[in-house]
Amino acid sequence: MKQWILPGVAMAAAAGIWSGPALAGKADDTLNWATDREVAVIDPYYNNTRELVVMGHLGWDGLLFRNLDTGEYEPLLATGVEWIDNVTLEVELRQGVVFHDGSSFGSEDVVYTINHVSNEDNGVLTIKNVSWMKNAEALGPHKLRINLVNPFPAAFAYLSNAVFIVPEGHYDNAPTGADGRKDFGAVAPVGTGPYKFVEVKAGEYVLWEKNDAYMKDTPKGQPSIGHIRFRTIKEMNTQIAEMLTGGLDWMWDVPKDQAERLADLGTVTVENAKTMRVSYLAFDVDGSSGQTFFMDKRVRAAVAHAINRESLTRNLVGPASVVIHSACHPDQFGCAQDVTRWDYDPEKSKALLAEAGYPDGFEFDIYAYRQREFTEAVIGDLAKVGIKANLTYLQYRALRDLVWKGKTPINHMTWGSNSIPDVSAITSHFFSGGRDDPAKDPEVIAWLAEGDTTTDTAAREAVYKKALERISSELYWLPMFTYAKYYVYANDLDFQTTSDEIPRFYAAKWK
Amino acid sequence: MLPYVLKRFAVAILVAITVSMITFSMIYLSGDPALALAGETATEADIENIRRVYGYDRPIVVQYLDWLYRAVQGDFGQSHYLKKPVSEVIFERLPTTMLLGFCALVFALTLSIPLGVLAAIRPNSMIDRVALTIAVVGQAMPSFWFALIMMLWLGIYWRLLPVTGTDSWANFVMPSIALGYYITPAVMRLTRAGMLEVLSTDYIRTARAKGLRPMTVLFKHALRNAIIPVVSLAAVQFGFMLGGSIVIETIFAINGLGFLAWESIQRADLPMMQAIVLVLSIFYIVLTFLADMLNAWLDPRIRVG
Repeated sequence: MKQWILPGVAMAAAAGIWSGPALAGKADDTLNWATDREVAVIDPYYNNTRELVVMGHLGWDGLLFRNLDTGEYEPLLATGVEWIDNVTLEVELRQGVVFHDGSSFGSEDVVYTINHVSNEDNGVLTIKNVSWMKNAEALGPHKLRINLVNPFPAAFAYLSNAVFIVPEGHYDNAPTGADGRKDFGAVAPVGTGPYKFVEVKAGEYVLWEKNDAYMKDTPKGQPSIGHIRFRTIKEMNTQIAEMLTGGLDWMWDVPKDQAERLADLGTVTVENAKTMRVSYLAFDVDGSSGQTFFMDKRVRAAVAHAINRESLTRNLVGPASVVIHSACHPDQFGCAQDVTRWDYDPEKSKALLAEAGYPDGFEFDIYAYRQREFTEAVIGDLAKVGIKANLTYLQYRALRDLVWKGKTPINHMTWGSNSIPDVSAITSHFFSGGRDDPAKDPEVIAWLAEGDTTTDTAAREAVYKKALERISSELYWLPMFTYAKYYVYANDLDFQTTSDEIPRFYAAKWK
Repeated sequence: MLPYVLKRFAVAILVAITVSMITFSMIYLSGDPALALAGETATEADIENIRRVYGYDRPIVVQYLDWLYRAVQGDFGQSHYLKKPVSEVIFERLPTTMLLGFCALVFALTLSIPLGVLAAIRPNSMIDRVALTIAVVGQAMPSFWFALIMMLWLGIYWRLLPVTGTDSWANFVMPSIALGYYITPAVMRLTRAGMLEVLSTDYIRTARAKGLRPMTVLFKHALRNAIIPVVSLAAVQFGFMLGGSIVIETIFAINGLGFLAWESIQRADLPMMQAIVLVLSIFYIVLTFLADMLNAWLDPRIRVG
């Protein structure tokens, strides 16, 4: 027996000596953050996950920068962007900027980037982010023109959040994939951003290093922390364990109950911050699912009055979440708030059900893919007025397939608008007559088309308001609430949460 | 012996083909792969294009046969997500999973065989009951829960072991225990039963009557015979652990084949999912086949029957 015990004790002792506190955080000037996703492709055009949206702002810069405090667009790689007419932008570029590979930045790089990404044959994943640009042409070493397909008033929003500049010729030597297509995502990342790409190990980490040559006097500021390392940790409990043992300095999407317990510990900072993502219920208004209850607006209204959205946001989502009444996020341009509201009123709901011929309620199928507990709360509220909802919980891809085929009586979905602060990124996406449009209301389609192509700000707001009012009054959607995320980060990290779900690690510092 | 070997081999091949067919079909039932590849913000045109480029517009039988034809030549295609040959990615990750499975097996055998022997030497004693308790707990406790409990105590409270990663042997301690503990009961009970049977045989009684030392009787004469079925069980359990590592690798963020399988399911990386399931199934089938051969070689009644 003694022979067994001694090696065991020695092993435990050695493990204790070896493991110690993990080398991370302030001690080795490396900010470790994690999500549950594996990141293999490091390119903001060929990987449309949230992780690459975040890393996009680390490694690359846009022409403009959106100041979240003022809502204004400030110069970044550009020193000025001006509308020449409804379909032409003229851009003056900052001078003295260099890419991570040492090459200097100029108009040929912006022209190359725009001409590459706006060409549909090059397969940019979120083509809507760039398809509004027809092409670009150089007018000088630091001056260029961007030609648009149609008038596109949200251009500045996309130029600041979705159009990142790569060096001229960046994608030219991309390898060819097994399908015979160029694999542009396999090209080693090079940008002008505050952090330089170092290495990626798919399934484990992506490492970035501070760019000491980063341009001065920009709204992004100078990076402070030496390295930023993204880690893939699938399991939330494991992320929390790493957070508590110093292996991580930052994490998000922490469930409310766990975030509250972590806050009680006091060893980490816990914050609830709003995001651009919204939750909504979409009704099958044409009865294509075979369950025709929701063709009757009174039934849709009964559902709307039955759901206590205030309670749901307060008790399940977090204090930064708010109930919404329009089919958009309140922070987005054009998202009118003074539309028809459907307040919580279960008695009115019952009366409407009786009026519609369902005094004892009815039974239907509800579909969801995200945060099951939110949908279960909705189901609980509906049960109180006699409506029995059977939940089918699916992966996003499977559910979206059903939604497009019109097979869902009610689907409980979410949309993050790619963090674009403009209603064209959500309302126009869902109500312009495409597969996602539950109503295909010709007037709404026309209003949105007008809003999407009018450069006059007041006129845009007016037509968007008409569309949003119709969507709300007819209850094509029941907008539910804005999402809020719980962030947990190290106490020695000076970090500011933002409302657009894009953490600015380049602005973080050690205390 | 030869007809028995051929028969078992044919069954193994049939099982492998059946597994590949079922996997292929089930993956399609989970949703449109083109939609998954295109992502949340893709347009209809994007999705149609992906369907055409990747061949998802062909009949499923044609897709399966095409895949099988290439798979038997070692070509599992290219990962949609990682943009690398599937076989290359699998060979990158397989060593980590094999190492984890091996460590887990070593832990399981190290714990279960001595316990089984002790329980057999003193049946119905306190030590037998302790061994039985360990077995019951091991069988009843979900491995993910056990893993989290270990992480809590050994990782967070006592800071004895690192929570994630594969940088050092210390990273493998908790995952190996979590994975290995689940198979401990079966091995322990088989060892106990085998030892009890062997210890009651005439040749052991004779060995004792000859005045041999108890340890010599126990380890040289009894355990050597009792452990034969344990070896074949351990081989099969090793295959089980390679497949079962999905949960453990996910919890401990170990970048092995199990974690890759989970990730591939999440992002609908069909070529990767199909290859992983096939590779793990073949491991299991080969180990089962070898265990059958070993048993047949050791016990002529099996091959005659």
